[in-house]
Amino acid sequence: MNAVFWILSIITVLGGLAAVTLKNTVHCALALTAAFAGLALLFLQLDAQFAGFAQILVYIGAVAILVVFAILLTRGSETPSEGVFSRTWLTGLVIAAAVFAVIAWAVLRSGAALPGENAAPAVSVQQIGAALMGRYVLPLEIVALLLTAAMIGAVIVAMHDKGGSK
Amino acid sequence: MATTLDQIFVLLKHWIVSFLPVVLQPIAGAVLSVAAIIVVFASLFALTTVLERKGLGRMQNRLGPNRVGPFGLLQPVADGIKALTKEDVVPFHADGVVHFLAPLIFLSAVLMGFAVLPVGRNMQLVDMDAGLLFFFAMGASTELSVFMAGWSSRNKYSLLGAMRAVAQMISYEVPLLMSSVAIIMVSGTLSLPRIVEAQSGYTGVLPHWYVFTPWGFASFILFGIAAFAETNRSPFDLPEGESELVAGYFTEYSGFKFAVFFIAEYLGMFSISGIATTLFLGGWSAPFSFLTVVPSWLWFFAKVMVFICVFIWVRGTLPRLRQDQLMNFAWKFVLPMTLLNLFVAGLWRFMGEGWLRWVVCSAILVAVYVIGGRIQMRRKSFGPRTYRYAE
Repeated sequence: MNAVFWILSIITVLGGLAAVTLKNTVHCALALTAAFAGLALLFLQLDAQFAGFAQILVYIGAVAILVVFAILLTRGSETPSEGVFSRTWLTGLVIAAAVFAVIAWAVLRSGAALPGENAAPAVSVQQIGAALMGRYVLPLEIVALLLTAAMIGAVIVAMHDKGGSK
Repeated sequence: MATTLDQIFVLLKHWIVSFLPVVLQPIAGAVLSVAAIIVVFASLFALTTVLERKGLGRMQNRLGPNRVGPFGLLQPVADGIKALTKEDVVPFHADGVVHFLAPLIFLSAVLMGFAVLPVGRNMQLVDMDAGLLFFFAMGASTELSVFMAGWSSRNKYSLLGAMRAVAQMISYEVPLLMSSVAIIMVSGTLSLPRIVEAQSGYTGVLPHWYVFTPWGFASFILFGIAAFAETNRSPFDLPEGESELVAGYFTEYSGFKFAVFFIAEYLGMFSISGIATTLFLGGWSAPFSFLTVVPSWLWFFAKVMVFICVFIWVRGTLPRLRQDQLMNFAWKFVLPMTLLNLFVAGLWRFMGEGWLRWVVCSAILVAVYVIGGRIQMRRKSFGPRTYRYAE
């Protein structure tokens, strides 16, 4: 729990808060990107190099841009007329607190479930690759199938829009 | 003597750092290396601007800048003074914070990419286990700053240019990554110094660079195409094409912010040339075994400058691709070729030594290239060239 962790967590939390409270939607998307960057740096602080860089490459390099394109192409960048907070904020707060309680309970109990957590394992990319090809090959193939289905679906949706004119 | 010259900068750094107390030594070493990277690549940038303008001028049958110094060599100094003293005009309706942050994020992301580049033997700033992934992650971060620049200017041309640039950069990022995956597969590591070491043997006189293998050569060409598109250079420079979109996503930037975008674009060219040298041309290793007396950093910079000359040469030679031609090219030709190249690289690895694997791999790649190209061209028919003159 050193200074770097506190700085990174403050960046992440502030980014997340800004993403829901700012009025301009594109500003919200950029604050979300800052939250992603904070998460990636937290991964790097835990010596998970592959996870941190993959987070930057995928989230900041692709998901953030996807969010921004979606905002721009669907006229969501106009500022909302009646403020950013919804009328059912109390229900939202209760649900968010319940989810937070469950996750916090799970995280705090996981320390007791793992023996010898003092030694941080140095996981190299080679071990991740071997695990993906060995023990986790079935989830890898299922994810590949899911990604292919998503891509085909996107192409079909895009083609259907132009089907009348061409 | 040759090894001393080779390691001279490392030894210099150790000598300077040894004057400081032991506690400060790692930080001082890192600061010194970072300062060296910035100084070296910024001066290379200054040299490249002159080289580009003179080179393009000569290719277009005119002289480049020749007023400022001998052969125009002090032109970057004049450009720098101009950029620093120009008024910084920000449009009234522009989004101030995002407009200010865009060039900063662009430059920082591009400069971060230099941290893993092995400039010479033992001369990389950080030896990360996932070094190549770090480089591509930093490259992906530049796309967001391009969008920020275009959107915050509240200018239709800027926004169009930014959208085109982001679409192009995302489309070509996949072939960029896939063509380097073939190299990663064969070297078995993501760490750049180790990829260079895997290419540093010699059979007789000839080096073991990956570009001299069939799959490596195909990877090199595809990586080169994707590198042109990632850095928004001709023939893929529609986002900043002057005849189309004024200046694309940096229309509304003046003075030093424009200079920062310019620097960041050229530094991006340098870092991607550096990665291409590391992955395909053997990094800092010498081309022939009897030339290893020349220091390793000299070979690295020579190869990077050859790449820069190729960038400038192609800019002066090829016409610009239209946006839809560019995207078609990426998704329908380059990406399938990179996937096939992965398969061929695997085939090469498992076929064992001998002349058979050379023939089989080259045959597969050449056949698919010719057949793929013919299929794509079937829909377009070229008649005899006709000229229309104004009357």
